[in-house]
Amino acid sequence: MNEPSVLGQLARSFAMISLIAIGGINAVLPALRDVVVDSMHWMDDATFMQLFAVTQITPGPNVVIVSLVGWQVAGFSGLLVATLAMLLPACLLAFLIGRIANRLEGSKGLRLAQTALVPVAIGLILAGGLDLSQAAYRGWLTPLIIAANVAGILFTKLNPVWGLLASALVALAAHYSGLFVLA
Amino acid sequence: MRSIGLFELFKGFATIGLLGFGGVAVMARHVIVEKYQWLTDKEYATILGMGQVLPGANVVNASVIIGDRFQGPKGSIVCVLGIMVLPILILLMFALLYDKFGQLPAVSVALTGAGAAAAGMVLATGLKMAIKVKLGVAGWLIIGLAVLGILILRLPLVYVVLALIPTALVITAWLGKK
Repeated sequence: MNEPSVLGQLARSFAMISLIAIGGINAVLPALRDVVVDSMHWMDDATFMQLFAVTQITPGPNVVIVSLVGWQVAGFSGLLVATLAMLLPACLLAFLIGRIANRLEGSKGLRLAQTALVPVAIGLILAGGLDLSQAAYRGWLTPLIIAANVAGILFTKLNPVWGLLASALVALAAHYSGLFVLA
Repeated sequence: MRSIGLFELFKGFATIGLLGFGGVAVMARHVIVEKYQWLTDKEYATILGMGQVLPGANVVNASVIIGDRFQGPKGSIVCVLGIMVLPILILLMFALLYDKFGQLPAVSVALTGAGAAAAGMVLATGLKMAIKVKLGVAGWLIIGLAVLGILILRLPLVYVVLALIPTALVITAWLGKK
């Protein structure tokens, strides 16, 4: 693999994704998956979902999924380039808006932007979740795990990380009892 | 405003990064509002609200704004480093383990289960937000358009977002008047 061009590709794609990520990284997971799996063929859906699982077990912001993708694609320099590309454009924008926010506070324009953009964020995150649910499909067990986790998060106060660990154990149990084979 | 040093900011945001399992938002509020009382609940909600509609990671955006408020641009950099550095080091450790053991069938099966759970976490995050925010007709329409464009028409997300922002503003302004 040609290193400089891979790093350039990481920087370009992730900087672009950074600026459309209204609602955070969860909102742009389909775009990330699109670049990593469908356009660049850096990995398949199954690997992408496994990496995503690893980043959910890791503490800290979800945005580290791009760091891990960068690491897998181009090692430590890939990790740095991917992380910076994802953080810098959005952080600069946040810095500028934060500076003028005091003047905007309570203004009609800001109220309208918030009322309009929160549903955009929700729509993107829901679409992202459904897109990942398709990507996570490996046989009859995975949709059940997804449904159980959604219910667990909506109806209990448990930290979602417990659902992650329980799901890993359930998958192992189903696999080694012969009930479930990875599709 | 209280003066809060760079080292204090770093320590606070490193705590958020290190203890923020399953999403950092809850831990961020706990550290910033309750433990250190850097901001009141209302001030924090306003900043996080801005972080939510700005592109990029919500809590990282909030840390840029909070860092700037107390220590200027240096503060922003220190807060972002604080929240990112330790998680990335832990991630690197996991990545090395994954490279070594990821091919083992048991690891692959376990991570497939965890991956499905992670997809469920994203879905639940969206549903939770939809339940919490009081969405009007305009809100549901915007959500419907997003899902239609991304999942059914399978348009590239960049175009969906670029088209959706002005559409959402127009729909909200228009339906809001009625």
